[in-house]
Amino acid sequence: MGLILLIIIWLITFVSTYFFVAKTWWLPVGASVAAASIDHHFTTTFILMGVVFVAAQVALGYLVWSYRDRGTATKVAYSHGNTNLEIVWTVLTTVLFVGMNLASSSIWASERFRAAEENAVQVEVTAMQFAWYFRYPGPDGKFGATKPELEDASAGGEAALGLDTKDPASKDDVVTGTMVAPVNREIEVILRAHDVIHSFFIPTMRFKQDAVPGLAIHMHFTPIQTGEYEILCAELCGLGHYKMHGMLKVVSQEEFDKWLAAREAEKQ
Amino acid sequence: MATHEFAAQESHAHAGPQGFIRKWVFSLDHKVIGLQYYFLALAAVFVGMFLSLLMRIHLVAPTAILPFLGDIKPETYLTLVTMHGTIMVFFVLTTAPQGGFGNYFLPIQIGAPDMAFPVLNMLSFWTTFLGFIVMLAAFFVAGGAPLHGWTGYAPLSAIQSTGPGEGLGADLWIISIAIFCIGALMGALNFITTTLDMRAKGMTMMRMPLTVWAWFVTAILGLLAFGVLLSAGILLLMDRNLGTSFFVPLVTINGQLTGHKGGSPLLWQHLFWFFGHPEVYIAILPAMGMCSQLLSVFSRKPIFGYKAMVYAILAIGLLGFMVWGHHMFMSGMSPYTAFAFSIMTMGIGVPSAIKTFNWLGTLMRGRIRFTSPMLFAIGFVSLFVSGGISGPFLAQPVLDIQFHDTYFVPGHFHLIMGVASIFGIFAATYYWFPKMFGRMMNESMARWHFWFSFIGTYAIFMPMHYLGMAGMPRRYSQMTEVSYLHGLIPLQKFITYAAFVTIAGQLIFLVNLFWSMFQGTKASDNPWEATTLEWTTATPPPHDNFGGRTPVVHNGPYEYSVPGAPRDYVMQTDPEIKPAH
Repeated sequence: MGLILLIIIWLITFVSTYFFVAKTWWLPVGASVAAASIDHHFTTTFILMGVVFVAAQVALGYLVWSYRDRGTATKVAYSHGNTNLEIVWTVLTTVLFVGMNLASSSIWASERFRAAEENAVQVEVTAMQFAWYFRYPGPDGKFGATKPELEDASAGGEAALGLDTKDPASKDDVVTGTMVAPVNREIEVILRAHDVIHSFFIPTMRFKQDAVPGLAIHMHFTPIQTGEYEILCAELCGLGHYKMHGMLKVVSQEEFDKWLAAREAEKQ
Repeated sequence: MATHEFAAQESHAHAGPQGFIRKWVFSLDHKVIGLQYYFLALAAVFVGMFLSLLMRIHLVAPTAILPFLGDIKPETYLTLVTMHGTIMVFFVLTTAPQGGFGNYFLPIQIGAPDMAFPVLNMLSFWTTFLGFIVMLAAFFVAGGAPLHGWTGYAPLSAIQSTGPGEGLGADLWIISIAIFCIGALMGALNFITTTLDMRAKGMTMMRMPLTVWAWFVTAILGLLAFGVLLSAGILLLMDRNLGTSFFVPLVTINGQLTGHKGGSPLLWQHLFWFFGHPEVYIAILPAMGMCSQLLSVFSRKPIFGYKAMVYAILAIGLLGFMVWGHHMFMSGMSPYTAFAFSIMTMGIGVPSAIKTFNWLGTLMRGRIRFTSPMLFAIGFVSLFVSGGISGPFLAQPVLDIQFHDTYFVPGHFHLIMGVASIFGIFAATYYWFPKMFGRMMNESMARWHFWFSFIGTYAIFMPMHYLGMAGMPRRYSQMTEVSYLHGLIPLQKFITYAAFVTIAGQLIFLVNLFWSMFQGTKASDNPWEATTLEWTTATPPPHDNFGGRTPVVHNGPYEYSVPGAPRDYVMQTDPEIKPAH
């Protein structure tokens, strides 16, 4: 029985590890500035934890086989433990876990402690059951007022947001169902939700943040590759959660300017 | 102390009640109550497992028409998610290890004739039972059971119009949990008092089996955590039905104002996870205690580092209350607090690692007997390592950006708080069955059950980590709307097949359990040659546990292979052995 346990435990360990190491299923391509450092820290954590995982499982398999009951010949060590060993592995694991954490804190700080740069492109992201709306402030750089009593969810666009058209700042606001952003510029997203909690998740940008009713959450990320990227809702928001899908189009600065101008023109 | 101890002993001096109702239904005997909890959990686990099977079917065949049930809609899928999680966490993982085995064996292991408060004990079971009935009732009311997940995040859970099932079903869900909390609070008080006040002569705290330590600390966690959840549940009910706005700011549902304003959705999350994280340890600590016990018994060796194990349990209990914010890194909570919660969370990995090292140290240089309880204890260690190792990924906010709310999370917590705890329950069942029912369970069926469960568990939950890395979000009923998810369907299919096989394997356990109750070979008083007090009494134990005797304890709980001793184990009640060191 000891041998079968050893074989099964080792087999499970190696098969599981194989699919990680072979990257059969892996993180999606990273297309933002943060991706490189996040992925690097993931790899570091992955290697450290992978070594611990394999070592512990291999040891477990070996021990149960090696110290199986072989009849009266088996000598048992009568021992209640070893204080020095306890201290050694307590210190080692503390250093490993806390060290790993400290190593990642600068990345977290640059992602979340710092406000967006002055010249960042502002996009207000509004979540509601089960759609994303994106609003650009237009040439005046100001978002117009929105009022809950003006909301008409079925009409979509500006009406769904409850945009107050009487507010002069709202005249040049552009509301879209697809997010368009220029490459290599920092994007400041202002996350809002109308009804329940949603979560704005763009796997390729290594970006996720809940959109919470009652809060306007300011975050930033910088795409570094043009292309189309899928936006998902990551927080359970109701029956249509799985289809609350959006697209982020990352384009060159010229294309972005052209696109925004065209939307402005449509509006006038 | 003296008063109720005498009272409890007096009430047990005569034979137990003979009528069916007083003996088996409204019993005051902790052993009967323990069995009641156990069978409640057994019923609940099969309900929970059935729901998970429906989820797995829907994920890979969303349009399938099932016999008797018809098709599963996306909202029904979320109902299954919610009820599976809630039933498993409350009525299985909290109920079986603590209410079941804790109730049955804590008093016996410390040499007490019963719990400190037998009536309270009976009330706590029947309260929990009522909670379960109310939970099941949610399936059968108009609109069905809620879809807001077992975490019940507001405002989704706080407003009736947010989705199907958020009407009466959601109210029943909250009421059921509130009832459960009351039962759990009564149980926790009883466990703490019993452990502190009713230990036999010579049973010092540092001679208590690690199982008793685990149940004791679990009870303290329960006492501090369930009160908070109970309050939060009441506030949520008020938001839903009385027009208050504790958890709801000004929101519109489908463009319609709801009348709420000024509340905080994050407040619910703080209150919920202040309970929710300690709950993880409520589920796993008893399993840790049981497996420590079994590794020592079946390695025929003292547990490696008893004191370190006790301190680790205490450290886990303490730190368990300081880490709830790691569930909220992406919630909009201040990013500065994430830093503190993250450090504390990594810190809790340290006592967990200490326990793992000590388990391996216990196996080393032992003489391992591969009995069925031991197989599950070894399986527990393997699962605990595998589930633990993914913790440091999720504990670091910067990695949580990618992994939060993906399949990486269910992969992680199912391995560690789900199946590792269940393995603790299985190990305890195989180990204590002879004492509870006077017969042995069938070993070959037990082995088959082990292999199905052990390999099956890995086949189900390891691939969930791959899905999580690839960006598959949790609680998605279908993978059709997001193009990069299409490629993950084969892996989901594999998990579904694995779930079918694993669940089929659980039927072996069910058959073994009931078959052995009537047909198993008769068990002796101490079939495993173990040292703790439950093995010094008759099988099954008499009404007052020790047949009028009061045991006196002279030894620690894990004295195996003591040099010079006549047998390879020294009972706790044997004359005191000379300390080895």
